[in-house]
Amino acid sequence: MVSEMVELRGHIIDSLILPKVLDEILTRGGNFKIDEVKIGQNRIDQSYARVEVSAPTTESLDELILRIRQHGAEIVERKDVQLGAAPADGVFPADFYVTTNQQTFVRVAGKEIEVQEPMMDSAIAVDRKQRSARTVRFYDVRKGDEIVIGHHGVRVVPLQRATSHTDIFQFLNTNVSAERPKLAVIKELSREFERARRDGGKILVVAGPALVHTGAGEHLERIIEHGYVDRLFAGNGLAVYDVETALFGTSLGVSLERGALADHGHENHLRAVNVIREANGIAAAVTKGILTRGIMHACVRHNVDIVLSGSIRDDGPIPGVTTDAIEAQKIMREKIRGVTLVVMLGSMLHSIAVANMLSAAVKIVVVDIDPSAVSKIASQQSFQSIGLVTDVEPFLRELAACLTDQAADGTSG
Amino acid sequence: MAHPDSGMGELLLCPPDHYGIEYEINPWMSRARAAEIPVAQAQWKGLFAKLSELGAKVHLIDPQPRLPDMVFTANAGLTVGRRFVPSNFRHQERAGEAPFFAQWMEARGYEVVWLPPNLYFEGEGDALFGGDTLFCGYKFRSDIQSHRAVADIFNCLVISVELVDPRFYHLDTCFCPLPDGGAFWFPKAFDEYGQSAIRQHVGEMIDVPEEEAAHFSCNAVVLDRDIVLPEGAPTLVEKLNARGYRCHPLPMTEFLKAGGACKCLTMFMPQREKTA
Repeated sequence: MVSEMVELRGHIIDSLILPKVLDEILTRGGNFKIDEVKIGQNRIDQSYARVEVSAPTTESLDELILRIRQHGAEIVERKDVQLGAAPADGVFPADFYVTTNQQTFVRVAGKEIEVQEPMMDSAIAVDRKQRSARTVRFYDVRKGDEIVIGHHGVRVVPLQRATSHTDIFQFLNTNVSAERPKLAVIKELSREFERARRDGGKILVVAGPALVHTGAGEHLERIIEHGYVDRLFAGNGLAVYDVETALFGTSLGVSLERGALADHGHENHLRAVNVIREANGIAAAVTKGILTRGIMHACVRHNVDIVLSGSIRDDGPIPGVTTDAIEAQKIMREKIRGVTLVVMLGSMLHSIAVANMLSAAVKIVVVDIDPSAVSKIASQQSFQSIGLVTDVEPFLRELAACLTDQAADGTSG
Repeated sequence: MAHPDSGMGELLLCPPDHYGIEYEINPWMSRARAAEIPVAQAQWKGLFAKLSELGAKVHLIDPQPRLPDMVFTANAGLTVGRRFVPSNFRHQERAGEAPFFAQWMEARGYEVVWLPPNLYFEGEGDALFGGDTLFCGYKFRSDIQSHRAVADIFNCLVISVELVDPRFYHLDTCFCPLPDGGAFWFPKAFDEYGQSAIRQHVGEMIDVPEEEAAHFSCNAVVLDRDIVLPEGAPTLVEKLNARGYRCHPLPMTEFLKAGGACKCLTMFMPQREKTA
């Protein structure tokens, strides 16, 4: 939504001009926020209203403004953003504006431009020729890029909490502690998955290795098979333990069936790494029939984009893991496009990294056994996140059951 | 009795020596449908005679060549007491009239107060007092911004109403306040907000049916209990008679061809002695 500030003066109350202008804004698909109203005290006193008018596009706003100007609305001139050139590659000008994850607009040459891909803790680069603006991180900026400095001409539109109970994110908005029942919440969440899929949004799963260790892998597999996952962000560990489970039935040497350490089990994950390195990657291992089950297998078979990022303690890593952290951030940012629902499962650091990249409009479900991990991540998206303090295995088991029932019923949320 | 603050005594008219349909600036005008000049002159003389007969002091301004619409003096401006706000015509065709009217008023001792040149305002055509309230029309001719300026000059409440039917392009073509606090009007010339605003500030209203409104029946000169209006409004006349008014219907066919009638041909000087 782009916006303009307009003023109305005169006998706008007695003439019903103010209600008429506000009605016209709404009927033409715009929106308004009354910034200030001064109503004349005596009969002949004139009144004053300052109203922020917004519309989906610059064109529709221009048309709307043209209409309401006929009724006396006058545009209040607002300041353009101040721009400063990046002094070097990877360096912002001093006083650069630091972004939030909320929808943001910058005013350039008298017109508002929406900042693309809102992301917190970034700067805003403006391309005046293209009339575009985007969030940039240190690694994105090149010497001479025009970066917003100070606060003038920047407008942040915080996500408003809906007044109607449209979805679970709107009315739950709190973390579900370990002591609370979760079945109803999970059922409701399964409808969110359905809704995201129906509306064409992408669903991203961020998962830590605990998922495999706890034996929840098969539930995620089912969810993937039913088409409820579009992207998977994980580390080397999750992929390796998943392959280990597929090949040897153990996760970090522990038999998932018996729950006890298998003979020479501690070697299994290294042998799994070796198999994938020899096959030249996960996809190749699936194609060659070496990898026939597990999360990774399901992802390859169902065209789920896998983004694996490395860490300093990785064994291997297996081919396909991006070990350059900056490079991994860039890929993740690329793969976040179009995502409307993110499920973060038992992976605090990876989840925080992803949450930092998300616009406030994206819905997040955080599941972790550690309450502090849940609250750290969930607090970033105040109206759009749900945290559940629980083991990921029962959560995923229940979610998979709801989603597969839903798919079988053909019901949608 | 007229309201003690209302003017109503002195009127300004302009003889139709140069009148004719020479351009088209409203849906009524068509150069293919010329006014019959001798008939127009007879109709104007009829109006002049009637207004004089009813006791008004009628002043005349010299008509000017190439300003055929100068005959419509209602659009000269708006007068309150001894202050005259000349029009800023929207159409270039009529802009040349303004200096003649301003000079004429100034020569007779009126204080001439010009509006900023970027605000269109067409005088009494779009500004009519109903009691202490000034009703102003906007969109086709006057800008709503001019209403605020007029309210500042005369220190009065202005009710701004949007005109939505291009046939009724001036307020005085569809709305006529009465000295009893009521008015007669053609409601469909206004949008719902304008209709509500008018209803909230006017007493008993008489709705004029469309076929009578189309004869510019609302374009009437009200002199206390006497109302001079174009012929062709039997229903309205009946209702006005029932309210105690004497109606004087006059033939106005040749001026209707230019989108004008009795009121368009008349300016009150002043329309009101003073504002509250």
